[in-house]
Amino acid sequence: MKTKGAKSSSPATRLPKCPTGIQGLDEITGGGLPRGRPTLVCGGAGCGKTLLAAEFLVRGAVQFDEPGVLMAFEETEKELKANVASLGFDLEGLVQRKKVVIDYVHIERSEVQESGEYDLEGLFVRLNHAIDSIGAKRVVLDTMEVLFASLPNEAILRSELRRLFRWLKDKGVTAVITAERGRESLTRHGLEEYVSDCVILLDHRVNDQIATRHLRVVKYRGALHGTNEFPFLIGAEGISVLPITSLSLNHKVSDQRIATGIPRLDAMLGGKGFFRGSSILLTGTPGTGKTIIAANFAQAAARRGERVLFFSFEESPDQITRNMHSIGLRLEPMIKSGLLRFHSARPSLYGLEMHLATMFKEIAEFKPHVVIIDPITSLMDSGTDSEGKGMVTRLIDFLKASQITSLFTSLTQGSHALQQSETAMSSLMDAWVLLQDFEGNGERNRVLYVLKARGMAHSNQIREFLISDRGIDVVDAYIGVSGVLTGSARVAQGDLEKAALLAGQQEAAQLKREVERKRTALDRQIGDLRADYESEALELRRIAEQVGTRTFVLGTERAASGILRQADLKVAVNTQTKSKPMRNAQ
Amino acid sequence: MKTKTVKRKAAAPKRLLSKLWQLRLYVTDTTPKSRTAFANLKTICETHLKGRYCITVIDLLKQPQLAKGDQILAVPTVVRRLPSPVRTIIGNLSDTERVLVGLDLRPSAQPR
Repeated sequence: MKTKGAKSSSPATRLPKCPTGIQGLDEITGGGLPRGRPTLVCGGAGCGKTLLAAEFLVRGAVQFDEPGVLMAFEETEKELKANVASLGFDLEGLVQRKKVVIDYVHIERSEVQESGEYDLEGLFVRLNHAIDSIGAKRVVLDTMEVLFASLPNEAILRSELRRLFRWLKDKGVTAVITAERGRESLTRHGLEEYVSDCVILLDHRVNDQIATRHLRVVKYRGALHGTNEFPFLIGAEGISVLPITSLSLNHKVSDQRIATGIPRLDAMLGGKGFFRGSSILLTGTPGTGKTIIAANFAQAAARRGERVLFFSFEESPDQITRNMHSIGLRLEPMIKSGLLRFHSARPSLYGLEMHLATMFKEIAEFKPHVVIIDPITSLMDSGTDSEGKGMVTRLIDFLKASQITSLFTSLTQGSHALQQSETAMSSLMDAWVLLQDFEGNGERNRVLYVLKARGMAHSNQIREFLISDRGIDVVDAYIGVSGVLTGSARVAQGDLEKAALLAGQQEAAQLKREVERKRTALDRQIGDLRADYESEALELRRIAEQVGTRTFVLGTERAASGILRQADLKVAVNTQTKSKPMRNAQ
Repeated sequence: MKTKTVKRKAAAPKRLLSKLWQLRLYVTDTTPKSRTAFANLKTICETHLKGRYCITVIDLLKQPQLAKGDQILAVPTVVRRLPSPVRTIIGNLSDTERVLVGLDLRPSAQPR
């Protein structure tokens, strides 16, 4: 895509290019090899010269409809076909369909006697015939230098080679000439002297027991090109060059947020989780639960119906699924439904760029929404620091360009969570969640905090997270006098608070009872007083009655004594009867 | 050195002298170089193989497909098809001594 863009934007005056179709190479050279000119590909034994040339030819014939001629000086037609067939190139079929012509040129020095002047017109005739027979646009001369060993007269050979390259240019074919690398110069026989339009150097180095192939465009007349050394590899589909400098920070970003699968963690991230398409780093010391959080993330994505690609560099897929069972996380249904795919490989299996290429391939094939790399550190360890960082950069770049959310776990050694490599890597990451062990009270407890999260408000608090058979639970950690309290200390603190609460409740109850008692006492007193009063009142009534009776009795007794005396009874009666009407009259 | 050559001179050719020699001369067009080569070849054959040789001249510009069969690279090239084994000499054949060595008409000087 990038090459297409570059092509369309380039002015017409630019050098016409001939796309190789080789992954990455067209990107470095800005569109391909110079069209109609010869290109020299040099390198030591076994670094892939012939293959590069053959792929150039095959892809030309298949993808760009440009037939090609392969003039082989080292390998026979049969050998060549067999060799490239292992990379999926059907040379045989192309030959039959008249897309490719292979001409094996062989000269045995011992069988040839030289006498007098000659030239290499025979070679020209053969090449010309081959080109014209299929209308070839591309020509590969695979290790012409063999001629230096076959033909005794170097002076003639040199002048003829010069003529040949001139002739190829005139013929208008794009040629690739391979040459063995010399000790001091680019090629053993100084072919770079004649082929000066484009020179590509291949190299195969062993670093720390891991062999890496490199490609460098030494020279490209009339065009801008990447000058760095680029790692390349020969995979099942031919050569792929991995340009680091394809970093063009202009990928689109998404406002969409995706949940992490742990509600409390989402809450810490502004309540919504991470941004889609962001890169997330999850660092932690051993056993802090990085893989578990990653698996949770994967599950959450799969539940949303998104595809997840899980690159595991330490555990096998079966082991991860089994281990996740212990926290109640079932990954098999997702694997079965095709939403989750594992890719496990040992980091030391092959070099970094091979890992990267396989990852690219898997990603391109599976088209995931979420990619998890567990852990990135063990992968980075298999290369040098700069290689590792370069790899991560390329990977993140690639993932961001395709809007894939990526979660990298990173293992840190020792108790200190921040290490140099992480600091270097962190600048590439959008979010960074740190997992840590807290040691104290004879136990280790896991805590989690968000170190950074670009573009969102996030909690600055340390949270404890618990792993149980029901999954992950993030809980508040107590901040005590001695720092953060986790684990049993947190539980103890909780108990303490509970006890205080209970004490308070008890006190209140006590008080209530007291009041109750007082009220009862009061009631009782009131009752007593009333009883007193009533008994006194009763007494009073009784006395009053007594007094009444006595008065009556007294009266009766007087009357009786009056009768007895018969004296003033009438008077008394009169006074009694007289007084009444008087009162009425009044 | 000369004595050596003389000594072997008698041994090698005898074996081959009786058979018919089939030679092919590959040229391109009728350039002076080609003509020189043909003239030189003819002279040598007349001298050493009189009546027992036949020369086929192949113009590669007219029959380019023939170049592949005999692995022709340089021009002019003489290929001895018969008697076997096939021998190849490249150049305009101006160095007669070498042509004779190349055609097995005279053994090569070992010390060289």
